[in-house]
Amino acid sequence: MPLNIRTYHDLTEPDRSGLAEQIGAQRRRVAERLAGVGRVIAVMSGKGGVGKSYVTAHLARALARAGRAVGVLDADLNGPTAARLLEAPPQPMQVGEDGVEPALAHGVKLVSMALLLEDGKPLAFRGPEAESWVWRGTLEAAALREFLGDVRWGALDLLLVDLPPGMQRFLELAELLAAPPAVLTVTIPTPESSDAVRRALAAARERGAALLGVVENMAGGAFPGDAGEVLAREFGIPLLARIPFNPPSQSWDDLRSALPVRRSGS
Amino acid sequence: MKFLCVECDRQMVFEERELPGDGTLAAAFKCPKCGRVVAMLTNPMETQLVQSLGVKIGGRTLDQAPMETVRGMVATGREDAFADQAPRATTPAPKWSGDAEARLARVPNFVRGMVKKIYADYARERGIAEITPAVMDTARAELGLEGM
Repeated sequence: MPLNIRTYHDLTEPDRSGLAEQIGAQRRRVAERLAGVGRVIAVMSGKGGVGKSYVTAHLARALARAGRAVGVLDADLNGPTAARLLEAPPQPMQVGEDGVEPALAHGVKLVSMALLLEDGKPLAFRGPEAESWVWRGTLEAAALREFLGDVRWGALDLLLVDLPPGMQRFLELAELLAAPPAVLTVTIPTPESSDAVRRALAAARERGAALLGVVENMAGGAFPGDAGEVLAREFGIPLLARIPFNPPSQSWDDLRSALPVRRSGS
Repeated sequence: MKFLCVECDRQMVFEERELPGDGTLAAAFKCPKCGRVVAMLTNPMETQLVQSLGVKIGGRTLDQAPMETVRGMVATGREDAFADQAPRATTPAPKWSGDAEARLARVPNFVRGMVKKIYADYARERGIAEITPAVMDTARAELGLEGM
């Protein structure tokens, strides 16, 4: 027998909790904080171990060398490496009333869980052990939201978001931003890599993200294949760079030049 | 999450909440027409899930502090991860009694600066010159702070 009562959306009386308004305020906080950021670029891959963080860090340094205002948000909360790759000095993050000052390394603004965690300790949260899988993902998404919205990024040409393997963090990022981020994809040459990266590119395109191009990392060495070319052709996007092992700094300057983004305001 | 008084066909309104300290939460909702009160009781996992969203049932009592979820929930944060700058206050900072300082010292350093600011703001806004454990207890109850 039906309950025959009003349902959730029928109830529109003011509510002191205002949970929807609280969520809305969180989103506004992110949007306001990123208002000075020219473009958010997610550096992603469906596959782990392809060198996303390595590419992110060196591209950021090349951009900074070229006079661009650039930030790196290390969204790999469980395996953060951007701080070490950028040689960020270990020092406390300054907290003011209006936000947290990002670390600065090689002219790149940075926030990373690596700057906050005890050395050698995994990211662990306070809370009940039982069924922690229910809330852990939500807390990680909250941490990503605070890295976006509570850090004094200031005016940036580009904010590079170094994503962990898989698509979950990309989906959280796309949800938190007013528009999906642009996507820079990293692969290694192997067919196995292209299989995983293909799925990630397809998912990003389905979300409406602009695909900037593919970077083939660890090219010309031990790994056989041409995944970079294959994926670029399939998705109609440029193969921006083939980065060899132990690349010269020119490789990063070339990638920076190939990146299809303009200076903000130009 | 909303509550409907079926008999009156009225949305029940939030009355108050309690955090007993065992990870659970109790929130009371009242029918504005007939006055009937119901309590929502959540288990630790459900309470944690709500906290993970960064929202407060019953509404926020404090402005959102920078990285408050990270600082409040990360258990493996380094002691010197954050350095809290002194607020630009127009009134003098309240003093801390020895007992209150000792209690504050038991809060992990990762989040201590944020907690200290919450209590200091509470005292300053109410013209309280000295923060004592009793003031901290009152603030906890009034502001709905858990684990602080």
